[in-house]
Order: sequence, then structure tokens, then C-alpha cells
Amino acid sequence: MSTNPTTRIVGAAVPRKEGVDKLLGRARYVDDIEREGMWYGATVRSTIPRGRIRSIAFDPNIDWSEFAVVTAADVPGKNRIQLILDDQPCLADGQVNHCDEAIVLVAHPSKTRVRDAVSAVTVEYDPLPPVFSIEESEQQETIVWGEDNLLKSFLLEKGDVDSAWATAAHIVEGEYRTGAQEHLYIENNGMIAEWSADRGITVWGSLQCPYYVYKSLLSVFALPEEKVRVVQTETGGAFGGKEDYPSTLACHAGLLSMKCGHPVKMVYDRMEDLAATTKRHPSRVRHRTALDSNGRLLAIDIDLATDGGAYATLSSTVLSRATLHASGPYSCANIRIRSRSWATNSVPYGAFRGFGAPQAIFAVERHMDEIAAAIGFDPIELRRRNFLHDGDTNATEQVMREPVILDRLLDRALSESDYHAKRARYARDNAVSPVKRGIGISAYYHGSGFTGSGERILNSLAGVDVTPEPRVRVLVSNTEFGQGTNTVLTQIASEALGVSYDDLTMAPPDTGAVPNSGPTVASRTVMVVGRLIERASSQLIAMLREHAGLPAPHTREEFFAACERYRAAHGKVESLCRYEAPPGIFWDDQKYRGEAYPAYAWAIHVAQVAVDSVTYSTEVEGFWAVQEIGRVLHPVLAAGQIEGGIAQGIGYALYEKVVSENGHMANNQMTNYIMPTAEDVPPIHVFFEEIPFRHGGYGAKGIGELPHDGPAPAIVNAIRDATGVSFNSIPLLPEDLFVRLCALLPVEEPAIQ
Amino acid sequence: MNASWPAIRFTVNGELRAVSVPPMKRLLDVLREDLHLTGTKEGCGEGECGSCSVRMNGDLVNSCLVPVLQAEGAIVQTVEGLATKGVLHPLQEAFLNCGGAQCGICTPGMLMAAAQLLEQTPHPTLAEIREGLAGNLCRCTGFMRIFESVLAAATQAEPEQPHAR
Repeated sequence: MSTNPTTRIVGAAVPRKEGVDKLLGRARYVDDIEREGMWYGATVRSTIPRGRIRSIAFDPNIDWSEFAVVTAADVPGKNRIQLILDDQPCLADGQVNHCDEAIVLVAHPSKTRVRDAVSAVTVEYDPLPPVFSIEESEQQETIVWGEDNLLKSFLLEKGDVDSAWATAAHIVEGEYRTGAQEHLYIENNGMIAEWSADRGITVWGSLQCPYYVYKSLLSVFALPEEKVRVVQTETGGAFGGKEDYPSTLACHAGLLSMKCGHPVKMVYDRMEDLAATTKRHPSRVRHRTALDSNGRLLAIDIDLATDGGAYATLSSTVLSRATLHASGPYSCANIRIRSRSWATNSVPYGAFRGFGAPQAIFAVERHMDEIAAAIGFDPIELRRRNFLHDGDTNATEQVMREPVILDRLLDRALSESDYHAKRARYARDNAVSPVKRGIGISAYYHGSGFTGSGERILNSLAGVDVTPEPRVRVLVSNTEFGQGTNTVLTQIASEALGVSYDDLTMAPPDTGAVPNSGPTVASRTVMVVGRLIERASSQLIAMLREHAGLPAPHTREEFFAACERYRAAHGKVESLCRYEAPPGIFWDDQKYRGEAYPAYAWAIHVAQVAVDSVTYSTEVEGFWAVQEIGRVLHPVLAAGQIEGGIAQGIGYALYEKVVSENGHMANNQMTNYIMPTAEDVPPIHVFFEEIPFRHGGYGAKGIGELPHDGPAPAIVNAIRDATGVSFNSIPLLPEDLFVRLCALLPVEEPAIQ
Repeated sequence: MNASWPAIRFTVNGELRAVSVPPMKRLLDVLREDLHLTGTKEGCGEGECGSCSVRMNGDLVNSCLVPVLQAEGAIVQTVEGLATKGVLHPLQEAFLNCGGAQCGICTPGMLMAAAQLLEQTPHPTLAEIREGLAGNLCRCTGFMRIFESVLAAATQAEPEQPHAR
């Protein structure tokens, strides 16, 4: 069954744990759940990007006694969402800092009546001048956040960049921009809250990180830990978009429930979800690169800026990951990366698959092609000459101690995609064809798990227990939202315990039932938490061997018999493990130096495009992705992660444009925010090279975010190959191609006879 | 629910049902709220994403765009009506084996679109599958494994020629 001869279940394409429920339509998402006596909540939002709230008026034609109404004044604890900083109010108090910021909450037993009530609340403002771009914010003429608009900055320095310019054979500069991107999970944000004086607050909802929501509820309601409970319901996609926003929505639903004394459901419709919740950070990245005459990198100088939006949310950690991926998978003695995240009066930007890396990698991988063109090198050869290898150091001077097989990945990608033959053929054919074809690549790595000291600070706890049924349960707060958490973690435990996959189940994702094994983010679940489950399982076997007479080796029946003997003697059968950093890890948070990540996953992407010189539309005709992600624990789920990430990356490059008008998302509908459909995605060819990572669950490294990093630069590099024109900004829509390519057309002499 | 509304009758998953609801209430909401068939999902509410796809009188419809009065006398099938007596429909089986469902929120609509496609075109080409599913958005899979699932189900439905495709 397994693709690996040494394991039975790990490596096998077992059925998705919750798959049958999803296929029968009986999986329960938040909007499928009703509570007795439940009311419905809705939100009155700011219509301006920045200003002081002068007054809030309630239409006297409505009998407001039927409604629960909540404002900032009703917050029993601290009116702040608890994330990295606590600058973001749960409800605007006196001032709004972005459009669609929540000001008033209303609830009613009728879903339709509550919608009417929202439009019967009028907020008047004294407007303040807004800031909408990185450029406006960095001028610091209008200060919209803190003392200087600067949400976070980093300076990473390796070697001596300034001394390299004088001796360089080539210096190449470029500026690259990426736009905001919406997650477009098909299930909108939603939450049900139930407050009672005895039990405190319980919420059920669509979310990634139960303990993040928990932390905000503790603070907003000023409750002791035992009076806050967060339960994840089946979650219909997240991609980072349900990392921080659910904390806000849970507090909102909870405040309404406290006010009306009933359970309250708040489920956004698509327009509200698009307008009010987080998106990927827009970025501007400037590269200045020195090379010798052999195309070897001498110095890399990068200035990276992101638009963070109105509150700090996750901007500092997104910026950190962007910084750490900005110089790509290349060896260079002299690197300087200056990065800043700027506040604006846009809806706060947040986590999105890749978390800053897609922005940074778009810039560096586009820049590599620009360098190649500028110095007359083949883009493949330029990369090869500069790839990191075993023992080299990256920008943070982290020594590559695990094998680096970029050359192997590249060879395979070129061969599978027939890169060289196609490139030559397109160069010939494009001259006479109205459809211009091109092929482009990107090469990159993605760090798995939290950055630097992050995993040590998280200090995750996870494990397994055995119930009398008998069932083995995996005890984690990590959540399933499509990626396969349930499947892979139960595979790991069943493998390590020597029982069958069907013996395994997930404990409910409920803070009242499971320990805090950290958030489900940062491609950390299989590598970090999977390793904890593997260790906890081995620890349970050792316990049973020592205290319950479990023989070695053992059968499934012997295992459960030993569990019952252990239970009779000790009351419960449970094994928990706490995170331990791999040995030899050093990280300096001040200098941003050391082991930025315990492991990196590596990939080469190849995109083949056809640009229609009549319609200016770009079709991705084929896509090849070759990656090394440690051990592949489940071949079908792993390939599904890669394919799904690539489709999102294609959307990021070519389709998905957030149009803002005065700080409000103007195209907040699926009708005009366009993602790739079944007819738009090309055949995606996925290949894995496996090098098990000693410190990951059964050898796994992170995979979830990796595939979103590479498509955009590979596609835009292919468009450059097709058209001969450099495009340095995404999304790259047909109208953008039209403007640039038309401007370059030779002006024909009017025909005069 | 208001008893003063005239009853609207239609067949859902083989069972005759009657609801007394405002005639302009969306079929989606009637299915979910009045008939408690929550397998059908709302994704966008404007007929773009296809999550609410159900089959009605042999057509694939977005139930968010159908006022329930249009369903009077109709034969409606939802995801809950695909499996028979606890046995997965070949499409459900194929989605399970091929990884066609990830987060699962688009899955009910996707299954209905695929069922519609296979009924009209039992042996679809890849291009026909792409076209048949183009009204159903999936943000997780990149569609590859959905195509594979539909091809596998089509092959399975034709036991005489198991290797036909």
C-alpha cells in the first residue's frame, strides 16, 4: 500500500479521514449548525477610510427593543484583538482607520430583520486624511499609525555589500511589484457564539487557530481560562485567511450573545467577506545586484516594502518571511536586505499561503531573468552558477546542513517540460505567429515552520490517547481545512503505534479537549506537529512495554489489550510531547542571523504560456513542478497541495486584482474578482524528490505554502520569453499587456499614395 | 415559517415535499432551512461559484438563483440524493480515491455538476470535463484531481470496457 517499503501507512494514499462526510454532504460547516433559540448577527461598518466618529444614530422607525445592539462601550474587557500587538480594536471606538471597519453590531431572531437594521444605523464622521499606498505612507507626511507609519522593519546584513560595487563587472537594478490577493476560500467567514454567566463564552466557527481565537476572547471578555472555549467546525478553505480574522468575528458574535442572552450566528456573505477581511500584502521590492564577468553574484542589495493596512495584525511576521526569502536560493557573500512594512488606511492585510515569500520570490526570480538578459546569459545557466549547495550559507549565514539538490530538481524540470527544445522552437515560430509562446522558470526554497525562535516560543504540546472503545485519538489543536491534517496526523500515529489507520481518529478541535499544539500555519503541521505525534506515539509504546507488558514486536490486538491493562492501573492512556528544537539551532532575533528555519523545501517551476497578440490574453498551457519536501507522507494529498497552490499562483499572476476605491474593495464579488476556473488551469505535472528530514514527522518537511511561491515569476518570465518585454508587476492582466505591447509597436507610416 | 403562504410541492431526492414559504425564497434557503438538507452550500449568492448547484428537472441549476416557486412540481436532486442505501455513488467513490475533495465546501456542487455531465456525456473527454465543470469553482485542488475523479467515475460506470479511456 505504501510507496515506501519501510512503512505500512505513511506514504500510502489512504482515504481522507473526513472524506466520506464531505462527499455525502453531511460534514457540518458553521452555517449548517443551528442552536436552540439562535439569533443572527450583522455588522455596521465604516463607509470612510479614516475619520473620527461624530455620532451614531438609530432610525426611530425601527423598534430597537427587539434587537441586541453592541458598540465599543459594551466590551467588558479590553477592546483589542490580541495578536502580535494589540493595536486593533474589536469595535471601532471614536475613530475608524479603514473602510468596512466594524462599529456597531446588531442581532435579531430573524435573519432578514437584522439586515434591515444594519441599514437603519447612520454613522457620521469627521473625516481625516487617508493614506493608501506604500509611497504615501513612507513619505510620513500624514501619520496614520504610531509615530511614523512604520509597522515593522528589518535590516539583514551579510558580508560587505558596499565594497562590491566597485569591482563588479555588471550591476543590474530592478523594481518589482505585487498586488493584493484575496484567499477566496469558498466558505465565507462564520461563527456561532453562546454566552452564559455560568459557562462563560463558547464559540464554534470556521477557523485555523483555535488558541488564537481563545486568546482574544479571554481578553475581550475578561474571563478566566476555564470560561472560554473555542471549537473549530468543518472549515471550507482558509489559506491563511482564517488565521487572524476569526478572532475578531468570534468576539463580535460573543458580544452579541452576551447582550441578547441567546446563541448568535454571524456568517458573512461574499460581499462582506471580500470587503472586510484580510488579503495578501501588496509589495514593492527593489533589487540592486553586482556580478562578476562569469555571472557569479558578488552582492545583493534589496529594499523590500509591504503595505500592511490599518493595523499591525501579522505584518511583522509576514515581513520577516519576505525578508528571509528575498535573496532566493542563491549563494552570495554580500547581502543586505532592508525591509519595511508601512501602515495605510486599507483593510489590514494578513496571512495568505506563502506569507510574504511569494512577494519576495516574485521579485528575485523575475530579477534573475532580467539579470540574465542584461548580461547576455542564459537564465538557466545564471541560476545554476549561483545555486546554494551543501555547506553554503544563505542570507542569514545559515549553513545548508541538509542536502541541497537544486541542480537535480532543475535537470528533472527541464527534461520533463522539454524546456530547451520548446524554447528554441518558440523563438523560431513566434516571428511568424500571432500567438507568441514562451517558457519560463523559477527556482526557490521555502522555510518550514515558524521563523527563527518562533517554534521554541510556541512550545507546542501534542499527543495521543486511547479511549475504551478502543480508539486512538490524536490530540492537537491543529485544524483541517482541506490540506489533510486529519489524514496525515492519523497516518503518523497509526504507523508509529502499529495499529490500523481505521483505529485512529482526531480528538475534536476544541480548546476544551485538546492541548495547544500551535497554530495551523507556516507549513508546520506535518513537520513540527507530525514529529510531536510520532514522538508521543513512540513514548506511548515505551510506556506500555514498561508498565503494561506490551510485547515487542506487537500486534494490534496486543496493543489495545496492553492499553486496557495500563488504563486499569493508571486511569487513562495518554501520551503528550512538547516541542524540542533540533540540536545546534542558533538564531539571533536582533541581527536576523542564524538558523532561520529548521528545514527548507525546494522547488523548480516551469511555466509554458501562449500570449495572444490580438486579444492580449495569456494562457498557461502547461506547468511543471519538481520539488523536494522531505518524505512524502501521502502521495495524493501532497500532489493535491502542489496543484492547488499552483492554481492560486496562476490566479495571483494573471487574474486576481483587488480594485480599491477610496480604500473600499470595489470588486468585492466573485463576478468581478476572477480566479482560475476548470477551463483556465493547464495540465499541472507534479514530481517529488524525497530526502527524509530527520527532525520532521516521518521525514516530512513543510509543503502547504511552497507551491504558491513559484508560479507568478515562472509565468511572467515565460511571458518575457514570449514577447521579449519585461513585466515587473502582477497581476498582469490583458489590459496591462495591451498597454505595454501597443506602446512598443512600430508606428506605421500612413499609407500615402 | 408562515402558514399563510400557499404550499409549494416538489420532489427532492425521490421524496415529495411541500413547503409553505414566500414564493421568492431561494431554493437554496428552502433546501437548507426548511428541508434541512445542508449539503448544498452557499459560496457567493450570485451564481458564480456553483457551490449551490443542484439538479432540477434534468438541468444543473444554481439554487441561489432559483426562486422556490419555480420548483413547483419539479424533480430536484441534491448531494444527499447521490448515494443509495449507504453505498457511495461512483463519483463519490472516485472523488474519495483520487483526492477530488479537499476542504469539501465546493464538493456537493461539484458532484452535482459532474453527475449532470456524466448523464449527458457518459464518456467525456478532458475538454468536455473542463467545460462541464467550468461553472463550479474549487479553490483547493487546482481541479486536476477533480478531472481525474470524473474520468475514473466514467470509466467505472462502463464495466465492459474498463480501459476504454
